[in-house]
Amino acid sequence: MNKLTTARDALAHIKDGDIVMVGGFLQGGSPEYLLEQFIDHPARHLTIVNNDMGTPNTNMVRVLENRRADKLICTYIAQNAVAQEMYKENPGCLELNPQGTLTERIRCGGAGIPAFYTPTGVGTVIAEGKEVRRFGDKEYLMELALRGNVGLIHAAVVDEFGNCFMKGSAKNYNPIIATACDYVIVEADEVVPVGAIDSELITVSGIFIDAIVTRPKED
Amino acid sequence: MDNKNFIAKRVALLLKDGDVVNLGIGLPQLVANHIPEGVNVTVHAENGIVGAAGAAKPGEEDPYVFDAGGSYITVVPGAKFLISSDSFALIRGGHVDATILGALQVDEKGNLANWTVPGKRLTGMGGAMDLVASAKQVICAMEHTAKGNPKILKECTFPLTGAGVVDLIVTEMGLIRVTDQGLVLEEIAPNYTVEQVQAATGAELIISPDLIVMDIE
Repeated sequence: MNKLTTARDALAHIKDGDIVMVGGFLQGGSPEYLLEQFIDHPARHLTIVNNDMGTPNTNMVRVLENRRADKLICTYIAQNAVAQEMYKENPGCLELNPQGTLTERIRCGGAGIPAFYTPTGVGTVIAEGKEVRRFGDKEYLMELALRGNVGLIHAAVVDEFGNCFMKGSAKNYNPIIATACDYVIVEADEVVPVGAIDSELITVSGIFIDAIVTRPKED
Repeated sequence: MDNKNFIAKRVALLLKDGDVVNLGIGLPQLVANHIPEGVNVTVHAENGIVGAAGAAKPGEEDPYVFDAGGSYITVVPGAKFLISSDSFALIRGGHVDATILGALQVDEKGNLANWTVPGKRLTGMGGAMDLVASAKQVICAMEHTAKGNPKILKECTFPLTGAGVVDLIVTEMGLIRVTDQGLVLEEIAPNYTVEQVQAATGAELIISPDLIVMDIE
């Protein structure tokens, strides 16, 4: 099974109405080459799941510019002016989640857990319309798992089976998105033969990866 | 010493050897500069670092090492990078001893509002709601008033970050503990009177019978 492919072929899996999860935290760990290639993609009415919708220097701003996304699920949009505009035009397009709730929703999505209880957000606007349940002396909100149709993630080194080595703070959401999407595309800074990454250092198993796209070297 | 460093220094003296702490952006980050010698504190950054250290020197930034505000930082020897869901499991699981953050408003029930102001540009709550819901101790480190208006109120009017979550409020005027009875002024900064602190506060203060002058030395 050859997972090495081009951005164009891999991104062709994204269809109208899909939920697309994108790894990254502010300027770090996002699949910038995949996002760049995604800017002119034909799919419409997308839901995009990402921690913060990037920064002025990342490609998510340009992805959102042509309004192909109907909905954004995230925790923070301070650095994305287009997301700010989208919210002004239609507040319903934005679903803000507390960060730990969003990360756990994605983790559960990949782990076969349909919902979970968290103390985060009890007594705040986040609790509106959600089941509140008491365990012991504390109240918790029920939150639902989240899955995506396609996941776009980044890794420093990927072997030809898709095993990923992710570094430092650039790991962030990438490993959980890999588990929670039907089709997962990893952008690799470097692709190596199977066996070249020490098994003890593999962050994400290749079984979760469907397509590997090599990020072109910058001149 | 300016107000912000005065506040940060008092907060730093609350920390115990071995504590795991999370520092919000801005004033709370100054706390790291004032931790006494012999007190080893592990700084957690919610984007996925246990053992965060100071800002990276210009020219020495590592693109793989940044904090929750996106600033390039350094880490201590033995630091651990976490994936996001593990970082928040650490928070939710009660493994953060103290979260130190600013507030737009905090009230006598310990309600905290620090993520949004109605009608102003929307940013998002990031990890603040998780931190205040689950850290063992929530410390508000902030200036007592905003442009002369009280931030410590009978009841928050802005959307809450957490309900009944704040344990301590440290300002340039004093240290206030949130209790079931209300806000107890336990320490007062030099150069202020109780009347001045009360006048700058939008809720009634209970003056501790053991009220002391705030000592940051």
